[in-house]
Amino acid sequence: MQLVVEARGIHKHFGALHVLKGVDLAVRERELVFVIGPSGSGKSTLLRCLNRLEQPSSGSLVVDGVDLLDPRTDINRARQRIGMVFQSFNLYPHKTALGNVALALRKVAGKSRAEADELGRAALARVGLADRAGHRPGELSGGQQQRVAIARAIALEPRVMLFDEPTSALDPELVGSVLGVMRNLRESGMAMVVVSHEMGFARNAADRVLFMDHGVVVEEGTPAAIFESPRQERTRAFIGQIQRH
Amino acid sequence: MSNWDRFVETFFNAKVMAKYLPDIAYGMLITVELAALVIVSGIVAGLALALLRSLGFRAVNLLIVFVVDLFRSLPPLVIIVFIYFGLPAVDVSPSGFVSTWLSLALVLMAFSEEIFWAGITSIAKGQWEAARSTGLSYGQTLMNVVLPQALRLTIPPLTNRTIAITKGTALGTVVAVSEILGMASSAVSNSYNPSPLTLGAGAYLILFFPMVVFGRWLETRMRWKR
Amino acid sequence: MLQTFFNLDILKAAWPILLAGLGNTVLLSLVVVPLGLLGGLILSVLAGVRNPWVRWPLMAWVDFFRAFPPLVLLIFLFAGLPFAGLELGGFACVCIAFFLNTGAYYGEILRAGIESIPQGQIDAARSTGLGRLQTMIYVVLPQAVRNVLPDLLSNTLEVVKLTSLGSVVAMPELLFQARQAQSLTYNPTPIVLAALIYFVMLWPLVRLLSRLENRALARG
Repeated sequence: MQLVVEARGIHKHFGALHVLKGVDLAVRERELVFVIGPSGSGKSTLLRCLNRLEQPSSGSLVVDGVDLLDPRTDINRARQRIGMVFQSFNLYPHKTALGNVALALRKVAGKSRAEADELGRAALARVGLADRAGHRPGELSGGQQQRVAIARAIALEPRVMLFDEPTSALDPELVGSVLGVMRNLRESGMAMVVVSHEMGFARNAADRVLFMDHGVVVEEGTPAAIFESPRQERTRAFIGQIQRH
Repeated sequence: MSNWDRFVETFFNAKVMAKYLPDIAYGMLITVELAALVIVSGIVAGLALALLRSLGFRAVNLLIVFVVDLFRSLPPLVIIVFIYFGLPAVDVSPSGFVSTWLSLALVLMAFSEEIFWAGITSIAKGQWEAARSTGLSYGQTLMNVVLPQALRLTIPPLTNRTIAITKGTALGTVVAVSEILGMASSAVSNSYNPSPLTLGAGAYLILFFPMVVFGRWLETRMRWKR
Repeated sequence: MLQTFFNLDILKAAWPILLAGLGNTVLLSLVVVPLGLLGGLILSVLAGVRNPWVRWPLMAWVDFFRAFPPLVLLIFLFAGLPFAGLELGGFACVCIAFFLNTGAYYGEILRAGIESIPQGQIDAARSTGLGRLQTMIYVVLPQAVRNVLPDLLSNTLEVVKLTSLGSVVAMPELLFQARQAQSLTYNPTPIVLAALIYFVMLWPLVRLLSRLENRALARG
């Protein structure tokens, strides 16, 4: 099967701080990879390297066949194939839901206004918010905002979706709606990399789980393997901690 | 002579600049004196008005708002011209210096009142209530609880506004005040050479550039504390 | 007193002269405000460049023109440039002086506005493939301008008041006309009239600003 994401030996330094110490990550088509680990383990940084929001200090990164670390690569075109959803949604407050989704369709994908609106509405429908197209972010609940953010990313028809703690900023009763959309995406065959604390979701929906700590991938395997029978001591300690909740 | 040399000879003529340096220096003194007077009287008057406004008498407040709006709407030069050229018609003849000082002080008073008022009103009612409920009087609350917090908020915009208005001391030229620009201008016409202007410009920069940089530093410092 | 400051005959005579002056003030404002905004826009976008070789000279430029009194700049151009062989009229000098001075002020305001936009907005825009300039135009600037609108309006008010400086270089704007009328009639009524006109023209903006400023503070 095709590899959608192939990251090898990713290092990232922030000044003197060595945040990523040689991380490998391979994501196959239709695969959902879950990344867990304590704060400061570098999970978010890794995710942000995958669409080059953070520039890796060294390593190789090929997404959808494109070498993202080659300076000649048109990164804006490449990013159309990679969707990202942020913990704080980052919706444009000065635009409606539809406006948020349609902006990149018009300016990056070059669609006409009519086309962009149509595709935008379709994306909003996929996340169950077709009736909120004309609302501004301020008029939507947290869960709705995050779903609009997902629509904004999937409208460009990416090959892989990156989720950076998508439900961490949500009130508990709104988390379900977002996870539901993520589950649908999974079922429709989208490759996904998810950084999150939602262990229940990981157990049910993930194909592979990666445990990261202090900038390295300590262990990876199926959800059953990682959650039930972790091999590494650190993994066991972390799983133990979160079970206690 | 090359073009560059000619340029330097014209605008940076050392002989001319040396000749008029004492005049410019004198002008600097006047400018500083004027600026200091404007800043002190303007800010004190503005603070007084804001405190007066906080007492809450409707009629008084309407008057204050009117006066403040008036001096925010009028260009300082218009006020100077009115005082200097207009008042003599009723036998009041302020000097150019006094006219400029009054005008700029009134404008600074208006702007600083607004800034102080905004600062005072932004302090949550809860602060007042908490202080008064522990028995502090109106005055004590104001002095010890409200003003210290309000001052923090007001210093950056106040500094900016003060610098902007104080630059208006140059307007004194129009009414024959012997400040920097005035001295420089007459030197230019006497010597047929613009070097005194360059010198004057330099004098202004020496005075105001540090103020601007200080204001910028103050802004960043206030931002961190928040 | 009334005869001195509100002389009806002189009022009637001076009115058309002052009206012409008002027209010029408005015209001048309509030219220099966009000029200043343009200058400010350029400066603020440049300020986003991370290269220190660009940022420090830029900051020096902005502080230089914020420290330089506008009247001095104007006189420098008007009286000084002829010595360099450049005979620019009063209007051109005013435009250049204002572009430099107000551009610096607008630039600072816009820069603060741009910096107040959270990085997340830029991240989101870039992650959907929008380029740096596109992100600035469609995502950052619309929000930045909205955030600093009161400051922009306040500065615009200052610029309109600043046009009165044109009177010093014989530009026939409102104050100049008033002073002409005053020296012809030996009566200060024209100046009072000019002050009234300025007040009536600018007071609505002052009121609006006051309300905006108070609302902004109540919120944050």
